[in-house]
Amino acid sequence: MSHTPSDPSRRTFLKSSSLLATGSLLVGFELPYSLASAPKSSGTDSMMADAFIRIDRDNTITVLMNHAEFGNGVYTSLAMMVAEELDIDWQRLQWEAAPTEPRYYSPIFGEYLTAGSVSTAGAFIPMRTAGAKTKALLLQAAALLWQSDTVHLSTDAGWIAHTDGRRVSYGALIKVIQEHELEPPKTVVLKPASAFSVLGFPKKRIEAPEKVTGRAIFGIDIKRPGMIYGAVARPPVYGSRVIAFDDKAARAIPGVLKVKAIDAGVVVLAKDYWTASKGAKALKVQWDDLGLSQLSTTGFTEDYRALSKTDGLLAEDIGDAKGLHETATDIHEAVYEMPYLAHATMEPMNCTAQVFDDRCEIWVGTQNQGNDRTVVAKMLGLPETSVVINRTLMGGTFGRRASKTADFITDAVQAAQGETVPVQIIWSREEDTRGGHYRPLFVHRLRGTVDDEGFPASWHQTAVGQSIMQDTKHDPTYMVRDIDIYSVDGCLQEPFGVFPYGTSYQIPNHRVESHNPPKIGVRPHEWRAVGHTHTGVAYECFLDELAHLGDKDPLALRLHLTRDNDRMHQVLLRLKEAADWGQPLAVGRGRGMAARVYSVSPIAQAVEVTVARDGTFTVDRVVCVVDCGFAVNPLGIEAQIQGGVMLGLNAVAYGAIDLVAGQVQQSNFHDYRPLRFNQMPAVEVHIMQSDAPPTGVGEQATTPIAPAVANALFHATGKRIRQFPLDRFGFTLKA
Amino acid sequence: MVKIVVNGEARTVSASPDTPLLWVLRDHLQLTGTKYGCGISLCGACTVHLEGEAVRSCTLPLSAVADRRVETIEHLAADGEYNAVQSAWLEEDVAQCGYCQSGQIMAATALLNNNPSPSDAEIDAAMAGQICRCGTYQKIRAAIHRAAKETTSGGSQA
Repeated sequence: MSHTPSDPSRRTFLKSSSLLATGSLLVGFELPYSLASAPKSSGTDSMMADAFIRIDRDNTITVLMNHAEFGNGVYTSLAMMVAEELDIDWQRLQWEAAPTEPRYYSPIFGEYLTAGSVSTAGAFIPMRTAGAKTKALLLQAAALLWQSDTVHLSTDAGWIAHTDGRRVSYGALIKVIQEHELEPPKTVVLKPASAFSVLGFPKKRIEAPEKVTGRAIFGIDIKRPGMIYGAVARPPVYGSRVIAFDDKAARAIPGVLKVKAIDAGVVVLAKDYWTASKGAKALKVQWDDLGLSQLSTTGFTEDYRALSKTDGLLAEDIGDAKGLHETATDIHEAVYEMPYLAHATMEPMNCTAQVFDDRCEIWVGTQNQGNDRTVVAKMLGLPETSVVINRTLMGGTFGRRASKTADFITDAVQAAQGETVPVQIIWSREEDTRGGHYRPLFVHRLRGTVDDEGFPASWHQTAVGQSIMQDTKHDPTYMVRDIDIYSVDGCLQEPFGVFPYGTSYQIPNHRVESHNPPKIGVRPHEWRAVGHTHTGVAYECFLDELAHLGDKDPLALRLHLTRDNDRMHQVLLRLKEAADWGQPLAVGRGRGMAARVYSVSPIAQAVEVTVARDGTFTVDRVVCVVDCGFAVNPLGIEAQIQGGVMLGLNAVAYGAIDLVAGQVQQSNFHDYRPLRFNQMPAVEVHIMQSDAPPTGVGEQATTPIAPAVANALFHATGKRIRQFPLDRFGFTLKA
Repeated sequence: MVKIVVNGEARTVSASPDTPLLWVLRDHLQLTGTKYGCGISLCGACTVHLEGEAVRSCTLPLSAVADRRVETIEHLAADGEYNAVQSAWLEEDVAQCGYCQSGQIMAATALLNNNPSPSDAEIDAAMAGQICRCGTYQKIRAAIHRAAKETTSGGSQA
């Protein structure tokens, strides 16, 4: 059972009880929440004991989710944190998307954003604190009700029990709390990990019942009274503008209501989506491509390859790799090239909007609703509080639904302007594939040497690709000396900018440079694991090259390089054992590995492949070891690792978006091929036991699989692949 | 006006006859459990049962299903009980984003109706057309085996 927060009375209540709006971004959870000043009108049937917890008279507990659920399992993790301290009946738990208010902002980002594999880390203390404060309040109320000392009271799954046998439900205590204007304590003591009975145990997804019955509401499933549908004719060259259009044929289709130009193209409004999409196909649009039809991926690749030979912005310079390379005679050099990648979420982009004179209401699956609201408010000239975003579940995102321009929201809002009813815009799969937001194309040039003992002595990596963050709202937070930290995240040994981690390796001379070529054409966009998806592939493959050059076992080499990084070192030792590393393999088979630190969590993977003479290969086995600190939900972690591996394997095997004359060549699942059921290897997941604070797992597994597979293919065949995807360069994953 | 029998109920639809069943279900009958993924029968998100067989509703025009029997994901637990496949999906905690799962469950249910104890190869063959981008394939396989075991050992029918 669930709600999207579309009930106006509820929303009004939440809004008017927003007492902590000012200055509460980071510490709101520590401030006292005054029930006394909360409105009483809605208080008879339910009570907000805390910004995150609502208790209903019938003892239903609703957790207000301030992070977006798109498969990441965060709703379950957040609920577990509350449940651990509050002691509730898991079966009666409900969830609801929290509204766009400062007290729900991510304590790590300071904005309403779900990204970066940091939700669990950021919520771990606040959500438990919310649960503990609410529990203390309920105990206080029961003590008052029974005129008893709290020492005689205990909780039991949604009930307070007295040692004398009396019991009262949490819901029944609402009245007492309201009558006596009780307030939760200002501070509480959280349970020690040794006392946990929920956190750390495998918990199934709380929204799973909706997802197996078709009741789950994704953005595309929103139905509003009077709602009409829109389909957009978008330009063949991303970024083009409409000059003129002929809508005669479109208007002749029964059911087509209106045709109009918006920034994204020309929208056809109709009584159902099929009619709208037929209308959009019937349009004849004349576009001004603004010169962007000159662009091609081969052109970008050639330009970037040339740039990679020149000096870039210096991101890191440990020791003196440059000086050493001026005199060295045995420099090993390689260039790695990574294509654009689409996110290809199963649920294509969509959004429903209704625009009134003085406000706007939006229903959408989004990771980034704070920014979405800002963009829409600015576009409509409304105060931000007059733009309401109702967040739905999402059919995947992989970063796509964290749009810096709110692109898939603004087109629905523009389509709804001038209409008296809500408008739902659905992108066709073709529009979605050609939607212009991609993991950027990157070229990495690497140069390195090994010392007399065969260990890497120097490393010089030059990363060339468009910056994601430059000239966005996240510039300058994610830019350091004009370097986008995402362009080099994953190839630096030392922490950089706001990222408090390095590769975990120690190479004595380590230099990294970055080029930001002009941001033209399609837009560089976050894609699950962001910078690592290219830096990490180049890094881990080239490290394998240096291992081979120095006659070192790849895992033994990494153990050596991480000798001063205990967390990664232990992960590697565990991998060695779990993957049967070093056991002999049959002819035609190969083994490869990679290790990464992403958003603090170290992760390592080993794979085994079998390669046929014609280059067709299978991935027979994937072993993954992760240290994500305290493992909040082992079942959720396992799912994220399996999912990350699949997405990464899919990309390295087939993934590429090509531009020819400015036009994206791929369109649907036949030419932007997803990994299929029979191609998915079994993934063995090992989670390191840890008492350290929890850190992320959502993106960590995506990167290592790619270099691990490439390294395994080399191990099996002696052939290095430095351009991707694999199926264009000699190795095809068996269909 | 076209008549179809959806989830046991006779319905009359006024959509244009070329409208794919998918959009009839979603926009005209408000049955949103069946999902749009690709529109050209490549991903299986729109899988429903036509006369008991799994079909892709995104390329099946309304005119082709006149007077025929269609079941959607909403029908599987219409009596308040999950079917064996849904129960297995919950037990194995299959779903991630969940968007493809209606289609996955409809395909798996049809598979088990025709073949109560499928081998891994038979599961591969039946499920290869059902795309998931979250990576739930491994758990789907486990859930199908679990559902098969439940049904063949006398549990509820899939």
